[in-house]
Amino acid sequence: MEGHDSALQRSIGMSFEPKIVAFLCNWCSYRITDASGVSSVKLNTNIRPIRVMCSGRVEPDFILRAFESGADGVLVFGCQPGDCHYSEGNYKTLRRIALLKKTLSQLGIEDGRLRLEWVSPSEGDRFLAITGEMTEQVRKLGPFSGRNGGSHE
Amino acid sequence: MSKLKIALYWAASCGGCEIAQLQIGEKLLKLAEAADIVFWPVAIDVKYKDVEAMPDKSIDACLFNGAIRNSEQEHMAKMLREKSKIMIAYGSCAYEGCIPGLANLFNRKMIFDRVYLDAESTDNKDKTLPQASYRVPEGELTIPEFYDTVKTLRQTVDVDYIVPGCPPEEKTTWLALEALIEGKLPPKGTVISHNAKAVCDDCPRKRDVKKIKKIYRNYEIIPEPEICLLEQGLLCLGIATRGGCGAPCPQANMPCTGCYGPVAGVIDQGAHFLSALASVIDSNDPEEIRRIVDDIPDPVGSFYRYSLPDSLLRGARIK
Repeated sequence: MEGHDSALQRSIGMSFEPKIVAFLCNWCSYRITDASGVSSVKLNTNIRPIRVMCSGRVEPDFILRAFESGADGVLVFGCQPGDCHYSEGNYKTLRRIALLKKTLSQLGIEDGRLRLEWVSPSEGDRFLAITGEMTEQVRKLGPFSGRNGGSHE
Repeated sequence: MSKLKIALYWAASCGGCEIAQLQIGEKLLKLAEAADIVFWPVAIDVKYKDVEAMPDKSIDACLFNGAIRNSEQEHMAKMLREKSKIMIAYGSCAYEGCIPGLANLFNRKMIFDRVYLDAESTDNKDKTLPQASYRVPEGELTIPEFYDTVKTLRQTVDVDYIVPGCPPEEKTTWLALEALIEGKLPPKGTVISHNAKAVCDDCPRKRDVKKIKKIYRNYEIIPEPEICLLEQGLLCLGIATRGGCGAPCPQANMPCTGCYGPVAGVIDQGAHFLSALASVIDSNDPEEIRRIVDDIPDPVGSFYRYSLPDSLLRGARIK
């Protein structure tokens, strides 16, 4: 379902601004966003951050729920392989996302709408680059519209 | 005590639910003692207009099986809801869409094109497609409108209880009917089965936390008789599926395909299973994971075989 925001944006002649839900692991990517205030770094405003204790906390239905609720793309950030605070939560995420991507492709959802990235707390520049790339990629894909579940038309 | 009035109806379904209702055997006599069946297209000759003439809420309970895929089914669901005090979604199609719901991988145009134009055995030179109404010299002919998307009963009308299964096991059917006859129905919205936990809770197979390096299709291996099928690389959905069936499939060496729907508290059965499967895949290497995952030829048909219309995404996104 197309969100109200994008309909409004179009009606007043604005370009499409993608909404990207980003699940941020407390021990890597969340540290980056937390530090951005102190260091006056401007974060990408297309990103809707959700803090989780580990990327392994991100159940596949969180991602489906994000799409269902109007997200145009979903980013999942986890710690670099070997660096998981809980030893292997990020590996579980790796396997989940692989399975989920295969399922989503059969459901007609473009690969570019879901992205998993590893960052360490010191990679602020990379974090910014990834969120920027993702925004542009999803902007090209256009708004996400789900199945017309609400009506029989 | 006056007898209960019960209606039974079928929408987008296969007829298996009617067989399941008959499967309660001699308990049918107990049912007949307690209840009159006022509408049951498979067995008694009561027309739609007869149902329409019944006063509102004059039927005590309606056991509705089948998904909602066309306008006739939607009309009957709404009519039976008005006429019945209790609406029961009986079987997986009414509950979550089931096999007819896999049509949500496509839309009406794709289905019509395939069935009426492109199928190898189709001979349709005039490219005739079903029309909801058609004018002939004698007047206008109508057939029900075929919808773009399959819906569940709950997405169409207010539902009081759910009896899960494809089809529901005899004991599950009786659990619901007995509660109805004795007036001991659980709180509204209950999914009626003997076990709200997973099929694994019913299953006698042993789990030894073995991890898998390869996913097999059923015909590719003969599974060990006593070990968990998922741990042998078969896509057994028991871990993400409501129990109460007694796990007959795993006990017959066949993996659970998920027909009792999600366990209590879970909305999206496919996503829940996917998460469980990610836990048993034994690899941390992206390339190897991709190879293992690529062995699943039909992920939606495997993870959402019964629940696609009731899942978070409800179906494929068609451009």
